[in-house]
Amino acid sequence: MQSPLVQFQNVTYSLPSATIISDLNLTVGRGETLVLLGESGCGKTTTLKLVNRLLTPTSGDVIVEGKSTTAWDPIELRRRIGYVIQEGGLFPHFTIARNVALVPSLSGWDVARTQERVREMLNLVGLDPKRFAERYPRELSGGQRQRVGVARALAADPPLLLLDEPFGALDPLTRASLQREFAELAARLDKTAILVTHDVREAMILGQRIGLMHKGQLLLLETPERFRTSEHPQARAYLETLDVNGGAP
Amino acid sequence: MSFWQFLQANWSELLLLVRQHIVLVFFAILIAVIIGVPVGIGLTRHRALRGPVLGIANVMQTIPSLALFGFLIPLPFIGGIGTRTALVALVLYSLLPIIRNTVTGILNVDPNVREAAVAMGMTGSQVLRQVELPLAMGVIVTGIRVATVIAVGVTTIAAAVGAGGLGVYIFRGLRQYDNNLLLAGALSAALLALAADFLLGLVERQFSVDAKKSAQKSAVRKLALAAAVVLVVGGVAVWLGRSTTVNENRISIGSKDFTESALLAEIVAQMLEARGVSVERRFELGGNLPHEALVAGTLDLYPEYTGTAYTAILQHAPITDPRAVYDQVKQDYADKFKVEVSQPLGFENTFAILVRGEEARRLNLKTISDAAPQSPHWRAGFGQDFMSRADGYPGFSKAYRLKFAEVREMDLSLTYIALSSRQVDLIAANSTEGRIQTLDLFQLADDRHYFPPYEAVYLVRQDSLTRLPALREVLAKLANAISTDEMRRLNYEIDGEKRDPKEVAKEWIKGKGF
Repeated sequence: MQSPLVQFQNVTYSLPSATIISDLNLTVGRGETLVLLGESGCGKTTTLKLVNRLLTPTSGDVIVEGKSTTAWDPIELRRRIGYVIQEGGLFPHFTIARNVALVPSLSGWDVARTQERVREMLNLVGLDPKRFAERYPRELSGGQRQRVGVARALAADPPLLLLDEPFGALDPLTRASLQREFAELAARLDKTAILVTHDVREAMILGQRIGLMHKGQLLLLETPERFRTSEHPQARAYLETLDVNGGAP
Repeated sequence: MSFWQFLQANWSELLLLVRQHIVLVFFAILIAVIIGVPVGIGLTRHRALRGPVLGIANVMQTIPSLALFGFLIPLPFIGGIGTRTALVALVLYSLLPIIRNTVTGILNVDPNVREAAVAMGMTGSQVLRQVELPLAMGVIVTGIRVATVIAVGVTTIAAAVGAGGLGVYIFRGLRQYDNNLLLAGALSAALLALAADFLLGLVERQFSVDAKKSAQKSAVRKLALAAAVVLVVGGVAVWLGRSTTVNENRISIGSKDFTESALLAEIVAQMLEARGVSVERRFELGGNLPHEALVAGTLDLYPEYTGTAYTAILQHAPITDPRAVYDQVKQDYADKFKVEVSQPLGFENTFAILVRGEEARRLNLKTISDAAPQSPHWRAGFGQDFMSRADGYPGFSKAYRLKFAEVREMDLSLTYIALSSRQVDLIAANSTEGRIQTLDLFQLADDRHYFPPYEAVYLVRQDSLTRLPALREVLAKLANAISTDEMRRLNYEIDGEKRDPKEVAKEWIKGKGF
């Protein structure tokens, strides 16, 4: 493993009523794609939000690029992290071009450079800039919006990407092709990515390592090959759904 | 006179009232937006305050508008009479829809979008200005639209505190039983409300997210924006235009809310204008407003009656000697209010107890004492003023031992019609009322001399007399210049013949050679 980009050190996150994450230790290396797998309520989305400081740990530290998130200026930290969520979270009142240009504009890029970058990003995610740049999100299909979401996250060339169920709301065919494209893209751009999903198939396609989460704890952290042969009952439960759905990739 | 003829004769005054109405509504909404939107934003950040603040705004809106104006009149800085009070009340009414819709609009922004905005590294104010406000704008404009339509309606009440607007026609129409005035005021207000609703509807549609299609964006949007800019700039220009006319040689003249008082005020106003004084007219003020405004310095002068000042304002028990009443009033006003009482104008306007002429002839009634035995079979109709004042109904009924079958409290101007159409059998009116003759009504003599003398005078602030020498000259000319018969005729010109009070005043001044 290369030098770590993100490290969880004994991280606990709790609300007055419940503990969401308990004593999590996890290291994400540079260039790695880590998938957090688990059912809803297991704490995987919370884990993601602890990285870009949408949440701060109750105890323990989340270290990003060698510095605890609480020591970072939150705005500066977030501009170094791409964030993709289900349905994209695009601004409905911005054109596609303005959506993609968001972080570069916030960071004060000049107009020419930003425009060039928007074109580059739209091409990268397979959307023709001429056709799409001046349209609004509601005029696009779900899959196209999700591509825009990825383009927006990548626009300022951040070292780290966080993806929260990015393909969850798409139909199976669109989902499969986007998953394939994203795997190629992540490999090509050499980005570090943490992706959250409840879909074991997606985890197997995209993850270099898979972390299985259950009730706020990390049960298992393995490569896809070793995950497939794991004897852990939770892992087996997931792998059985895979068999029902027609076998492993 | 047909409605069409009425409009042709009065269009310039109507336009002036429409303009006053629009200016009031515009600035009320502008101020309400400047206050309401930030408050609404604050409430989305401070959940605990949301209930109490929206609760207060809600209560504001349930206060009847006339009562709200009443509460505001005695307050310093925001109260008094005129535009300022009206603006304060209108702003209070407009706040609720604007605050509520700002809160709702912002809270309804898709949480995914807000989370994405924060996660992209937008600062708090960037999220607010670039994401939350633009997405909430459609809902906020809806709130402004609702507030504007309400304000157009409430502004008609503002005439009661002397702020002008279309309510002037509506109130005057009610008082003079003139459907043309009523129609002109009400119709114009309704059209204004519809126009405001339509225009703001256009603006609202431009802000709705669903309208964001790349194909049809710019043209309509630019048009709406241009219209909005024109409205704002125009409104400000009108506002500045009116406030530059302030100068030393200026006087504010008030009147009570009936024809005679307004005419007496108009006469002084025109005579002063002829002498180069710039006059602000604050006519047709209800209840005790003129007195309070005079003492507060908002008014320099208004016409009053000695008996009213003596009993209603100075709270003395009624007496019958006119000279004693006048002297006492003059003394007390100088001591208490620094207000000078002019020479009497020459006529009295006492309460006239009226019955139908045919009834008086049939029963051979001459005096109130003659009528007293009939009172158990009669219904009486009295104005609010007469019912409540010291020299009014309570003392009057006691003095003559009257026991009516029914006593109705109603608007003074409606009592004449009620009497002649047999809805009531006895009323208390003004002795100079023009309609006494035209409706064949008979005035019963006050044989026990219950009513104190009501000589017409002008009340003037002492400092205004010092400031404006022309004032003393004009008041000296008007001393003993109008007889009771003459006053009754002048009132009839306006109420009976529906003539313009300004014309009637001008004609009278000319006839007298003043």
